[in-house]
Amino acid sequence: MAERSRDTDQDALLQFLLRMGDSTLILGHRVSEWCGHAPVLEEDIALANTALDLIGQTQLWLEYAAEVQGEGKSADDLAFLRDVWDFRNLLLVELPNGDFGRTMMRQFLFDARASILLPRLMQSADTQVAEIAEKAAKEAAYHLERSAGTVVGLGDGTAESHDRMQAALDYLYPYVGEMFVSDATDAALTAAGVAPDPASLRGEYDALIERVLTEATLELPENRFARTGGRDGRMHTEHLGHLLCSMQWLQRAYPGNRW
Amino acid sequence: MYAQMVRSTGKGITPREEMSAQERAFQDRVDRDDRIEPRDWMPEGYRKTLIRQIGQHAHSEIVGQLPEGNWITRAPTLERKTILLAKVQDEAGHGLYLYAAAETPGVSRDEMTEDLLSGRMKYSSIFNYPTLTWADMGAVGWLVDGAAIMNQVPLQRTSYGPYARAMVRICKEESFHQRQGYDIMMKMAQGSPEQRRMAQDALDRFWYPSLMMFGPSDAESVHSAQSMAWKIKINTNDELRQKFVDQTVPQAEYLGLTVPDEHLTWNEERGHYDFSQPDWNEFFDVLKGNGPCNTDRLAARRKAWDEGAWVREGLLAHARKKAARHTAAE
Repeated sequence: MAERSRDTDQDALLQFLLRMGDSTLILGHRVSEWCGHAPVLEEDIALANTALDLIGQTQLWLEYAAEVQGEGKSADDLAFLRDVWDFRNLLLVELPNGDFGRTMMRQFLFDARASILLPRLMQSADTQVAEIAEKAAKEAAYHLERSAGTVVGLGDGTAESHDRMQAALDYLYPYVGEMFVSDATDAALTAAGVAPDPASLRGEYDALIERVLTEATLELPENRFARTGGRDGRMHTEHLGHLLCSMQWLQRAYPGNRW
Repeated sequence: MYAQMVRSTGKGITPREEMSAQERAFQDRVDRDDRIEPRDWMPEGYRKTLIRQIGQHAHSEIVGQLPEGNWITRAPTLERKTILLAKVQDEAGHGLYLYAAAETPGVSRDEMTEDLLSGRMKYSSIFNYPTLTWADMGAVGWLVDGAAIMNQVPLQRTSYGPYARAMVRICKEESFHQRQGYDIMMKMAQGSPEQRRMAQDALDRFWYPSLMMFGPSDAESVHSAQSMAWKIKINTNDELRQKFVDQTVPQAEYLGLTVPDEHLTWNEERGHYDFSQPDWNEFFDVLKGNGPCNTDRLAARRKAWDEGAWVREGLLAHARKKAARHTAAE
């Protein structure tokens, strides 16, 4: 039986678990939209694999979230029966796929942070968080290897692929900052030793993406403005509502049915 | 069955006395159940038939991702979403093994893809039917994968080594697919009145298209006779269709669903079910491109291929640059 840190504010823990689980859920959903439509068969298989890993991680995060919430709900209830304002995912992951280049750039920007955050979470004072992070960290490491490799391959490919990758980076970069903004919830979690302060991950993250983007012959936009509102649910993009419309449709149309 | 009406030489089986010494030796190997390998000599007709059949099978796996992919984003639970995603991913994997197997007798994956997109090569008629409710994910797994298994299990013993070996791997995964399909049908058939209605509706729509998967009766077909002599085809279409009906009817009864065939009866004397044939005019219409989804399925594949061109070119260009830098560094 996992030992939970008694000092942790339960609501902060719940918010943290939703932030983790909602981000993997929404990104997993977006990536799964590619299934059957990717540019090469090998990429189709790899994208489905990534989506599968992310949804698998979602099950772990959201099951734990439901347990902490203590209202007798399941991970499915949290995924399929909440409305937009209750989602706590990063804005980055709810953005539409765009072309394959934008999908892979988004994946890279997400994987880079996961590859730094998850190993830190393996040291969490909350053993259940540490266990989930351990499983997810292995997956994040190979996701990063693949997404970084694709960003380099396409950035340093043809003129067209380079321009598309630069456009993808320019479009997505304003959503990167949200990953490193710390708020009161983060402060409570950091104090309890559950999770690191997001701001403390930025240096390592910047070094990692600069290395890869340089190899990809791509330039980081100078504007470091950060769009926020996903992690605290204050203001999602218009895209999330449409995603939930399809994701939640069966559960909403036939309430209480078992599938 | 993912390969339908595969043309062979069209000349029927060459009588043994008219075979060259090489052809006779080849046929003897096939008759002894030796496996033919890519570097072995083979009659040109055998090689061409193999490419057509394995290629059609591979295309069916790839186009077959689409009707089920249609429900991945709407799967009703996280577990169902992962199972469906894994299943559709398996199909892409099957496509990959089969393209690799079809490349061995001498045609590239890109050439086969171009032939699919231009309509020169076919894929199974079944994937031109729409998936309209969640119960269709059950029906596809149960009936479509069920029918595919009927055909593919014997193909593990087919004469061409790479094809037989691909089939061994594929069959393992197909039986998991069929079980997950039946599991969805169970949940639906035992669920709410709306779910039961979806389940019955799915069976009603997929029953006859599933029977069509085996192709029309091939008792008189010269193509089939040659393919069977070469052990590229192991059973006749009618044998497999009968086996499928015999296996599936009790499963439908267990679910409490009605097979949409008023003439379906158990024939004690034959030890098989008697059943109605599907509408073969509809089948030929679907093959000609007039099925409910032919246009959309091919359009989806063309879009993926065309819009992916810059990705394929970009990655190739990068690989060339890397190789050049590597050479320059030496």
